[in-house]
Amino acid sequence: MARAGSDFRTSFAHRISSLLFNRAKLRLGLLLAAPITWLVLIYVFALVALLVTAFWTVDSFTGAVHMEWSLNNIQTVLTSSLYRAVTLRTVGIACLVTIADLILAFPIAFFMAKIAGPRSRRLLVIAILMPLWASYLVKAYAWRAVLSHDGLLQWLLAPIGGQTPGYGLTAVILTQGYLWLPYVILPIFTGLEKVQNSLLEASSDLGAKNWQTIRRVVLPLLVPSIVAASIFSFSLTLGDYITVNIVGGASQMLGNLVYTNVGAANNLPMAAAVALIPVILMFGYLAAVRRTGALESL
Amino acid sequence: MRFSRSSKSVFGLLTAGVLLVIYAPLAVVLVNSFNSNRNMIWPPPGFTTDWWVSAFHSNGLWEAVGTSVIVALASTAIALTLGTLVAMALSRYRFFGRSTVNLLVVLPIALPGIVTGIALNNGFRTILGLQLTLGTVIVAHATFCIVTVFNNVMARLSRVSPNLVDASSDLGAGLWTTFRLVTFPQLRSALMAGGLLAFGLSFDEIIVTTFTAGSGVTTLPIWILNNMFRPGQAPVVNVIAVVLVVISSVPIYLAQRLSGDDADNAKG
Repeated sequence: MARAGSDFRTSFAHRISSLLFNRAKLRLGLLLAAPITWLVLIYVFALVALLVTAFWTVDSFTGAVHMEWSLNNIQTVLTSSLYRAVTLRTVGIACLVTIADLILAFPIAFFMAKIAGPRSRRLLVIAILMPLWASYLVKAYAWRAVLSHDGLLQWLLAPIGGQTPGYGLTAVILTQGYLWLPYVILPIFTGLEKVQNSLLEASSDLGAKNWQTIRRVVLPLLVPSIVAASIFSFSLTLGDYITVNIVGGASQMLGNLVYTNVGAANNLPMAAAVALIPVILMFGYLAAVRRTGALESL
Repeated sequence: MRFSRSSKSVFGLLTAGVLLVIYAPLAVVLVNSFNSNRNMIWPPPGFTTDWWVSAFHSNGLWEAVGTSVIVALASTAIALTLGTLVAMALSRYRFFGRSTVNLLVVLPIALPGIVTGIALNNGFRTILGLQLTLGTVIVAHATFCIVTVFNNVMARLSRVSPNLVDASSDLGAGLWTTFRLVTFPQLRSALMAGGLLAFGLSFDEIIVTTFTAGSGVTTLPIWILNNMFRPGQAPVVNVIAVVLVVISSVPIYLAQRLSGDDADNAKG
């Protein structure tokens, strides 16, 4: 009896297997069913809902969300000088942080990929990765200590007549540049590893100086990696409000406006409208760079 | 491209400089965790182990660690399952909408954290009418952790020969048997690496967490943020910071070793 049962079970499993074996589309569907359901039901749904909520209003007495269509929030976001100023400031910081990180990342990535031996390359990858995963808060907090008026930077700069920038926008740029640097180094390093050494040798055989080889051979091949790296630093800066709280003094970025609208003001529709700014900026950026193939190197 | 000694050393010096800037702030935190001055003035006027002792005796801190571990374990488990499934689908099949699925996996991490945070907050509270709980944090974390597992499994599957799966079917193994005996052993270390990264990502996350955690839910990053600006607690935060840096280096080292082995295997 037990034998018959197990026979039945194996033959049943066998039938399912052979059924699936001949139906690639069914197999694909089964593989994708759970992850796609999760991502669409939770994430895409939430993003669409966010878009819709931006057009709703809040009852100023009860704080309840009214599902009535209104363009007031969008209008406020587009016309208010506060939102415009904060958006420009945030984008400006994101650009500066991205440029600074790219400039800092290139030499170290190049050294890792093309100059260091395999052993020291591996150690360097670990040395870059370790602080990447050290808590984000810890690193922002570390800069709070470094930049304070009794901190390391003041102590280092005082003898040469300088002083710490203190807490403010400069501190935000320094800290965010520091926070996202590993995210920028790694894609550029991976991109450089893919650039074949024979191309570099061919370039120098044809008489190019090192600088010319970097500018005319390496950098053009590296565009997808540079774009991928900039997606990270740009997106991370646009969405960050905690660094500003920790080292930014009284300055505000887009994230702070979203946060205060959710928390203190309890106005989710307004927060949703503000949050659409980074979404639109990021989608615009992603759409613009799609053709570079950067999305595949993320 | 040949490098003269001097250009090599220029690149080497720049690399050393960047590494110095990367590690100096972390070193400051380490020293400050022993700084006898409550306001952490630099250079420290003296040293003490008081902060380490009070960190060890802080109940709120230990509860926060427990919460973070639960969240990270649960979201890693979900991410491992979903990430493996979607990576197997994308690496083995070419189909319409493939790049859209790829984008969908990357999106929760590619979009600014505050957007993911408020979208999920709004989705849970306004649209579904749910209370924010520990569960909502887990769901949110799992969503953005899928990509780390996905990336690792995709990279591995692109290196192993699909012939092995065919050979297994030819020898009469069913799909599940093939997965269990052929595919899974090939993926084991990639899953380990992806899982470690997912755990680290979840353990450290603060922005999405603040938007999806109920009022009673305090993960470790939330605890740190709440205590950072309290003058009495700030030195204790240094201690946690040091411990976190040290602990987080272990999984990274392991994950790197695992994917490093991977590269060696591929060459060999």
